[in-house]
Amino acid sequence: MNREDWTMKAKLLKTSAALAVVAAMGGVSAAQAEDLTLCWAAWDPANALIELSKEYEAQSGNTMHFEFVPWTSFADRMLNELNSGGKLCDLMIGDSQWIGGAAENGQYIKLNDFFDANGISMDAFIPATVVGYSEWPKNTPNYWSLPAFGDVVGWTYRKDWFAEPQNQADFKAKYGRDLAVPKTFAELKDIAEFFQGREEDGKKVYGAYIYTERGSEGITMGAMDVLYSFGFKYDNPDKPYDMEGFVNSDKAVAGLEFYKSLYDCCSPPGMSNAYMGEGVDAFKSGQVAMQMNFAFTWPGFNTDPNVGGDKTGYFPNPAGPDGDQFAQLGGQGISVVAASDKQDAALTYIKWFAQPEVQAKWWKLGGYSALKAVVEDPGFATSQPYAQTFLDSMAIVKDFWAEPSYATLMQSSQKWFHDYVVAGNGTAKEALDGLAADWHATFEEEGKY
Amino acid sequence: MSDPMAHRIAAATPPALAHRIRGLSDRAIAWVFVAPTIFLLLAVNIFPLIWTIRLSLTDFRTNRPNNPVKFVGIENYRKILTDADTWLSLQATAHFLIWTIVLQVVIGFALAYLINKKFRGNDLWTTLIVLPMMLSPAVVGNFWTFLYQPQIGLFNYVIAFFTGADPSSFSMIGEVGLAPWAIVIVDTWMWTPFVMLICLAGLRSIPPSIYEAAECDRASKWRQFWTITIPMVLPFLMLAVLFRGIENFKMFDLVVQLTGGGPGATTQLVSIDLKREAFEKWRTGYASAYAVILFVTVFGLASIYVKALNKVKDR
Repeated sequence: MNREDWTMKAKLLKTSAALAVVAAMGGVSAAQAEDLTLCWAAWDPANALIELSKEYEAQSGNTMHFEFVPWTSFADRMLNELNSGGKLCDLMIGDSQWIGGAAENGQYIKLNDFFDANGISMDAFIPATVVGYSEWPKNTPNYWSLPAFGDVVGWTYRKDWFAEPQNQADFKAKYGRDLAVPKTFAELKDIAEFFQGREEDGKKVYGAYIYTERGSEGITMGAMDVLYSFGFKYDNPDKPYDMEGFVNSDKAVAGLEFYKSLYDCCSPPGMSNAYMGEGVDAFKSGQVAMQMNFAFTWPGFNTDPNVGGDKTGYFPNPAGPDGDQFAQLGGQGISVVAASDKQDAALTYIKWFAQPEVQAKWWKLGGYSALKAVVEDPGFATSQPYAQTFLDSMAIVKDFWAEPSYATLMQSSQKWFHDYVVAGNGTAKEALDGLAADWHATFEEEGKY
Repeated sequence: MSDPMAHRIAAATPPALAHRIRGLSDRAIAWVFVAPTIFLLLAVNIFPLIWTIRLSLTDFRTNRPNNPVKFVGIENYRKILTDADTWLSLQATAHFLIWTIVLQVVIGFALAYLINKKFRGNDLWTTLIVLPMMLSPAVVGNFWTFLYQPQIGLFNYVIAFFTGADPSSFSMIGEVGLAPWAIVIVDTWMWTPFVMLICLAGLRSIPPSIYEAAECDRASKWRQFWTITIPMVLPFLMLAVLFRGIENFKMFDLVVQLTGGGPGATTQLVSIDLKREAFEKWRTGYASAYAVILFVTVFGLASIYVKALNKVKDR
């Protein structure tokens, strides 16, 4: 046998072996190699997904392309894409609130049959993420996405400042209790006030960073994160879309007043239009003692040279005055875009992504898996310093409207919250009355009454 | 001597076509040349305008392609004109428009008057002054966001240096009373050089002989300024006002970058409001009506202004 024959045989063997591996992966491979484009926000988890997807590319032969857009223009850009029937994205990791519009307007394909045919069960995922990211109408078994990235608003705090003996002593002298992770929002405000203007590590620091961004969804995510625990409800549980006395209840008013008081007393100067990125900067640069932010930011703090390691602690949203404890849901599901010409190939990606091994690797790379097998693993809670807080937070989530008119509803809350909290116009009651009236008008246009 | 190439082309041209082209009247040839431009204008300007007017009479939403589109008459126009938020946005726009124009004209003219004098380094100063208008509005917006930052921003430190106030005690883009001025300052910083250049062109177009004649008549510098300089530069100034007025009426990028329309809706100019209606709330019919109202307003005001400008030029 000559050298060329050997080379040819070796190539054939390699090809056969590769095909066998692909077949063993449960038919993940597409019949024909495709170029797939996945659209998502430009943030740290997206980089982790690029890394993770290399495995899919190797197994399927498909090539993955990525279109990542910064958060503040993510909804604008991607909703434009979906609404115009654009073919840029084959796969979309869209925000949880888009699910209603995307389902009703035929922008995502329904995944029930695909899940059934491939043995993917929604029971295998954290229930809140299934309701939040996949179902439309909510609480019905109609699935439009696979939970891709679990996320929730929680808090980070400077563990080293909390532990500092002088701070402990001063705090105890002033408030009569130990300086520790707050259990209630009232305690959180005390701590924020305590640190406001205090000198730490040789510089003036501030109490708490909270969301105030005006343009997209920032201040709504922040205010709602507090309002839920004070008793805010989107509507009458017995009469959907009946908002009077729920959106603007006395408890909701108290919640919004609290949010404003936290902004006025304890946030760093100039944070009048700030969202996730500004929070990360404020915390990493040692400006604030506590920071409200989505869980996706936590891995970055853990490894940061300034605040990493033992310097940073994590805690879930504290309870409100009546002991209610909720947190704003973040995160997204992965869907196949109905306008895509490569739906079959895109589905192979979802099938691959749903596998427990892939989900476990996703968590290791910094992606928050929503698969129960991953988060209920005995080693999960101790696998990262923030893992337990993530679990605790995911157990108390609530989400904003996911109606097809979500964008209009969101713009109303952005306007009213920013106008009251940051601009200081009117009262909390007026803001929530105005919000209830605006939402009512939107639902009236939608024919909900 | 005849050109062999021309002969070859003529020979290759089919007789009927050649005859047709030769037989065209001047008017027809003019149409042939103008037609592509007219077609382009119709496709890019007139058709979208007519389509927008049509959409403004419906409840169409781009994100609901499956919903039936309902004719609503002038309902969208009624809603817009009776919506308090629209008037707040118009107020914010008027504040921005008036103050930017006043400041840019006064400072721009003053700079042009100084630059027009012969002095050492004249060219260098001109180049330095026009630098801001060469930057992208997004870059300028971002850059000034840092300058306005209460803890590290240079602007706050400069103000603090002169007033003795704590730099972090005020936030230019976070306070209702200051934010409208914050955007005026940035736009003035960026676009005053443009007004200056137009004024400079006006000043340099005044023949020196007029000033010489005035000197002979013993007219004071002050009188020369009011009776020669200002009247002769006025058409240029009015042109600058027109350009800046139209530009600032549709101002979007700079303000979005600086304040996002906040705090609350304090700096939510009409263009930002319109964008939110069209591409965030996806109320396409409503936003079309809004756009038509703004178009009529700008077109109407600009037409009146251009007539006034022509009268000044004719004087």
